[in-house]
Amino acid sequence: MTIAGIGSQLLQLALALLLAPLLVGWVNQCRAWLQNKRAPPLLLPYFTIRKLFVKDAVVADNASAIFRITPYVVFGAMCCAAAIVPSLATDLPFASAADAIALVGLFALARVFIALAAMDIGTAFGSLGARREMLVGFLAEPALLMVLFTASLISGSTSLPSIVDTLAHRDLAIYPSLAFAGVAFTMVSLAENARIPVDNPATHLELTMIHEAMVLEYSARHLALIEWAAALKLFNYSCIGLALFFPYGIAAAEDGFVALLGAAPVLVAKLAVGGFLLATIETLSAKMRIFRAPEFLGTAFLLAVLAMLVNQMLGS
Amino acid sequence: MTATPLSFVIAAIVAWLVMGGVGLARPHDLRLIGRVLFPAGALVGLAIAVAGGYAIALPSSAVVLPLGLPDLPFHLRLDALSAFFLLLLGGAGAAISLFSAGYFRSSEGTPPGVICFQYHAFLAAMALVLVADDAYLFMVAWESMALASFFLVTTEHRIPEIRRAGFLYLVIAHIGAIAILLCFGVLQGGTGIYTFDSMRAVALTGAWPTAAFFLALGGFGAKAGVLPLHVWLPEAHPAAPSPVSALMSGVMLKTAIYGLLRVVFDLLHAQLWWWGVVALALGLVTALFGVIFAAVQTDMKRLLAYSSIENIGIIVAGIGLALLFKAYDKSLLAAITLTAVLYHSLNHAFFKSLLFLATGSVLHATHERSLGKLGGLIHRMPWVAWLALVGTLAAAGIPPLNGFVSEWLLLQAFLFTPSLPQSFVNMLVPLAAAALVLSAALAAYVMVKFFGVVFLGRPREANLAYAKDAGPFERSALIYLGVGCVLLGVLPVNVIALIEPVHRMLIGGAGSQPIADNWLLLAPLSADRSSYSPLIVFAVIVGVVLLTMRIVHRLYHGRVRFAPAWDCGFALQTPRMQDTAEGFGQPIRQIFEPFFRIERHLPSPFDSEPRYSVKADDRFWRALYLPVARGADWLARLTGLLQQGRISIYLTYSFLTLLALLFFVR
Repeated sequence: MTIAGIGSQLLQLALALLLAPLLVGWVNQCRAWLQNKRAPPLLLPYFTIRKLFVKDAVVADNASAIFRITPYVVFGAMCCAAAIVPSLATDLPFASAADAIALVGLFALARVFIALAAMDIGTAFGSLGARREMLVGFLAEPALLMVLFTASLISGSTSLPSIVDTLAHRDLAIYPSLAFAGVAFTMVSLAENARIPVDNPATHLELTMIHEAMVLEYSARHLALIEWAAALKLFNYSCIGLALFFPYGIAAAEDGFVALLGAAPVLVAKLAVGGFLLATIETLSAKMRIFRAPEFLGTAFLLAVLAMLVNQMLGS
Repeated sequence: MTATPLSFVIAAIVAWLVMGGVGLARPHDLRLIGRVLFPAGALVGLAIAVAGGYAIALPSSAVVLPLGLPDLPFHLRLDALSAFFLLLLGGAGAAISLFSAGYFRSSEGTPPGVICFQYHAFLAAMALVLVADDAYLFMVAWESMALASFFLVTTEHRIPEIRRAGFLYLVIAHIGAIAILLCFGVLQGGTGIYTFDSMRAVALTGAWPTAAFFLALGGFGAKAGVLPLHVWLPEAHPAAPSPVSALMSGVMLKTAIYGLLRVVFDLLHAQLWWWGVVALALGLVTALFGVIFAAVQTDMKRLLAYSSIENIGIIVAGIGLALLFKAYDKSLLAAITLTAVLYHSLNHAFFKSLLFLATGSVLHATHERSLGKLGGLIHRMPWVAWLALVGTLAAAGIPPLNGFVSEWLLLQAFLFTPSLPQSFVNMLVPLAAAALVLSAALAAYVMVKFFGVVFLGRPREANLAYAKDAGPFERSALIYLGVGCVLLGVLPVNVIALIEPVHRMLIGGAGSQPIADNWLLLAPLSADRSSYSPLIVFAVIVGVVLLTMRIVHRLYHGRVRFAPAWDCGFALQTPRMQDTAEGFGQPIRQIFEPFFRIERHLPSPFDSEPRYSVKADDRFWRALYLPVARGADWLARLTGLLQQGRISIYLTYSFLTLLALLFFVR
């Protein structure tokens, strides 16, 4: 563990916390443009979070402590995840404490807590949202794990920085397995981040919502943390995608501090393009019925398994 | 006899039997049983755990007791494998005994003193299974274990369903026992000597090793709940009192895992690669099946029973993978896999005991086992609820708790396989990993359902408002297990160091590299390939949570207002609008419909009292068990024809037999 490592670790975490709401704002703006609507301000998510922090929290009478600690736990899990996904640098001391499998475990931790909090109040919508979230989760989680496994098999390591180092510095070769994994990963990210076609982040229509149904009871600082954590989740997924499929421009350990400064604009540019693509996908597709979601995610899971199989077949 | 750990273990077994005997002598003295005998039993359990933990690293010691039949004395041996499982037995058993101290009361069924006897006989028999060193003692202990647990399952023997569940358990236990007996018969290889030492030395040839392997897999699988002999678990566990369910699920299933490891790795020396493929496939099918069925259960103990089937499936799959590696001489990978198997056994013993005991407390407080009539208990029973949350997260495989560590290790073993010489096996590995992660992800679904429906939300019945939290004995047992789950989760390096002699004994060779990098960082192969440090993750999450709380309260404020739940503005909200267990399991029922045999009763529009019911059944019953039962019935009737009840006919049988014998002897 070096001073430079700790520096890049902290810098990356701070950047993630700062950029995550911006990414959400950017996606919303792109989507509005694509749909011929007037776009909300780019910085709207920051204003919302600040407004929510200022307000008084309203908590349901029969809420237990689980309800009140969940926003903090979810936020904590997402911060941990942001610290181990190499978005800016690969010299991350904390990443040796949690590898790709533990990353999926951290997402599961957040998911389980938020589902439990949704069931805590005992409203119809809460348990509906929890059930649907777990439904999406039990298919998306293995698919994500299989995508990460495919990348681990190529690089011979489950540590995310090593994966990125290997993928970024390989000879230019075409990996068919990564193509399958990329499609699977895109589908999983859409589902996990409550995006169309699986969920709709902009609706409160009873019959269609998943994520929003779970957080209906939250207000003020709790809601602010949940929203921020959701933004961080989108940021983390985007960075995983960038790290696995476009790992260029991420500073390596030996590159020094200047490379770190160079990596930040590259990251912002990549995220901008990625956010635009996300908005395009959301604009071009329609929301599915909830029972089509297992088919969608099942396809993603099978594609991810196929990616691993292709890797084995071509590798051996 | 000098004071070796083995003699210590024998003394502990005798102590357990004495406690049982005292209980039998004073069957209705609840004070003596609850305040003295069960807590003392817990202490003996701790002592056995300490002895086991101490003996793991020691060379094995053996002793011959002049008991049993003439010329057939009992051979006892304590080696690393037995010592590890004794640690598991004592560690989990101590908590369960402590819980039992507050749990058993006088009831309609078996008197408490008799339960005390059966309970301690059960513990003693399990300990004897673990130290037995010949087939004879092993079978005696194995059958005593089955019988003691049968009587414990049928504690409430006045209820016909419970008698039926007990009978089913006994039948399958005996099918398994026959297979194990035959397995030992094969293993002795014509020498006629039934000590494990002699079996180890025998070199079986031809199809015999395979026969022994399959008999062991079937026999021990019946006890562990491997498909298709799993049906007794979801019947027996709800029938048994909760501490007994905990003991059976947490500990007894592991004796079957012990037996399988003992026979396959120690006595048979794990020979053929395709045994591993069979065990791997069987384990994964069991795991998926168990977790899918767990998701649709509406009885909390049945749900946990199916979840045990899932965990056993994962363990058996791990054993299969270890066999595969052993057959190809990848001793490092085999060591990692076996570590994961043993670690997961230990973890499952802790979290499943915790969960079963928590259901016991819930049952005591509410007299209700059906998930549809519980809810909101976190307010009335905070101790039980928060400790059950620890068990829930552990069972769901959430870092940084213990369930995650063993799954992590197992996945590492899967990931670093693509070095096997068989390309067919290499193709199988991704599929197996996919099935494993799918069942692990479904386990989270199951556990959210369990905890959410029982402890969260609003109480679904009015009388739940009077539920009382667990008493001091029950509470301290739950705390012990909860702390155990956390410690096993955050200190994996120490646990793995503890396990090391076991896999060194089973795998052998110098392949067993140090698995840990340093005391903080778990790195099975090397730090740049994969590493995990639950303690750091735990500390960072807790740190971020506390820091965020502090900053938010500092920068803004901590004001809270309480109000009725919002629920999108719906005015009318009743507790019945929450998801029931059926409702929560409905997506799984729909997605995996072919797995179940579903009976659905839908109300018609004209019903004055509309009722909706849905029942998802196991297809194995109709496909396998009923035909077999009918066949057995038919055979019995056929033999019944011989029995006419008239002496002249029996004399004719004797005469014909005599004639036949004379004909052959001539």
